[in-house]
Amino acid sequence: MNFETTIGLEVHVELKTKSKMFSPSANEFGDTPNMNTNVIDWGYPGVLPSVNKGALEYGMRAALALNATIAKENHFDRKNYFYPDNPKAYQITQFEQPIGHDGWVEVELENGATKKIGIEELHLEEDAGKNTHRGQNSYVDLNRQGTPLIEIVSKPDMASPEEAYQYLETLRQVIQFSGVSDVKMEEGSLRVDANISIRPVGQKEYGTKTELKNINSFNYLRKGLEYEEKRQAQILLSGGTIRQETRGYNENTGETVLQRVKEGSDDYRYFPEPDIPPIHISDDWIAEVRRSIPEMPAARRQRYSKELGLSAADAAVLTQSLEMADFFEATVAAGADAKLAANWLQGEVSAYLNAEKLELAGTALTPTNLATMISLITDGTISSKIAKKVFKEIITKGTEPKQWVEAKGLVQLSDPAKLLPMITEILDNNQQSITDFKNGKDRAIGFLVGQIMKQTHGQANPKVVNQLLIQELKKR
Amino acid sequence: MAISKEQVSHVANLARLSFNDEELSQFTDQMSKITNMFNQLQEVDTTDVEPMTHVVDLVNVVRDDVPAPADPEERTALLNNAPDTEDGYIKVPAIFNNGEDSAE
Repeated sequence: MNFETTIGLEVHVELKTKSKMFSPSANEFGDTPNMNTNVIDWGYPGVLPSVNKGALEYGMRAALALNATIAKENHFDRKNYFYPDNPKAYQITQFEQPIGHDGWVEVELENGATKKIGIEELHLEEDAGKNTHRGQNSYVDLNRQGTPLIEIVSKPDMASPEEAYQYLETLRQVIQFSGVSDVKMEEGSLRVDANISIRPVGQKEYGTKTELKNINSFNYLRKGLEYEEKRQAQILLSGGTIRQETRGYNENTGETVLQRVKEGSDDYRYFPEPDIPPIHISDDWIAEVRRSIPEMPAARRQRYSKELGLSAADAAVLTQSLEMADFFEATVAAGADAKLAANWLQGEVSAYLNAEKLELAGTALTPTNLATMISLITDGTISSKIAKKVFKEIITKGTEPKQWVEAKGLVQLSDPAKLLPMITEILDNNQQSITDFKNGKDRAIGFLVGQIMKQTHGQANPKVVNQLLIQELKKR
Repeated sequence: MAISKEQVSHVANLARLSFNDEELSQFTDQMSKITNMFNQLQEVDTTDVEPMTHVVDLVNVVRDDVPAPADPEERTALLNNAPDTEDGYIKVPAIFNNGEDSAE
């Protein structure tokens, strides 16, 4: 029996507003535990939550960036559940009327084809606090409590773990470029749950789905889904039935493991949040938010190819992160050749970031310094060998490259007036090489260039040396 | 519509409350009366009436995204009010980490 796979993803994204969703506490965690909290975050009786306009607009922006329709009439709902990181014993969310619905993203698949993945809805809600488990106790920090979240629910449009991976990557890029979130999985500002089911090819109804939760990386998502596909197929092939349940992914074994059998949605006893009056969103408001959306990755890729002459592959790499794309554009704006800037960012810069486990912002590199260094190479001031030294200096210390190479005497020797006497001297001392050259042995040139490089401590411009050398050899 | 004892027991369980049999019977009776009252309200013809979620006419009560500075005194007061704390954390009995320690 052949099966086909159906996958849908629920993605939570933390919005990087300055204050919380329903209280003015600072939206920062990692600080002293429970420092950024107030009576609203703790769920004290009689407090009044108030909606953060910035969070609403970020939610609208994300919805518009994902081609969704904004709901004109919004209200919030309470989702009731008991857990120590949820001090109100309910989460304020949008259950009945999400702020955005019916969006889509276009996903590029491995074979180069594109596929539209639908987005069912996006809703605004608040994050919970953080529990740390140690021994006989758990320790609660409510700094994260009330952080604005958007939950983005896809349609069950993905037919393979690979498509799910590509969808998540595209979604991450769009959200990051829209400027509403850092979308860093390792920091928890992007979290993903996946629903997966399989059914015999041709069957109309979906199979029973399982939910994968607590996935720590994009790669584990793909691996977990691949495992789940096989597990479900084995159960069905051996005559069993799939149970609707929540499973986790064990990174060590590469298997998914049962976490709990799913509760019904009724158990959350949703009802409209009485403390927050409805939010009406006008066309003007939507238009205003739409104007605030920065250029999306796909548009940037097109511009890089058309206006800057980059290859599609270069454009794709540079737009993987907003930070890289912005840095690239700033470097070009500072006067660097686009192709060379792209090469340096994808080559030396990325290698350095990977090796040091840093992000661009964590280095001393500036677009102006990179652009200056690139022009020092193109105008022949420094050799590509010296450039590696310069690069290390500007990325670790932020030194201005032009002054530095001059101060360090690293400027390439390109002046024929200075090079010619040396060449003459070396030719005079190497009669054999001249003979070899006349006999058609090109290797002789390499030897002579080497001699000059040695004498100039590697600072002679090889191109100029080559030209002068051939010119002088022909005279003899 | 009558409420069953099992439903009351289930809701109590969701609210982490524990009742003896006598209490369960009492609440079952009371909750049935409440739902019966709603059943009576259901008899009103609401065709063409827009659903409403609020009784006041306020809309778009929003706050600009400006953070209030942290207030260490308020933090201390809140922590002092918690049943138990340690190193600035609220200390609670161990909970099995079933992945629910973040918003769903």
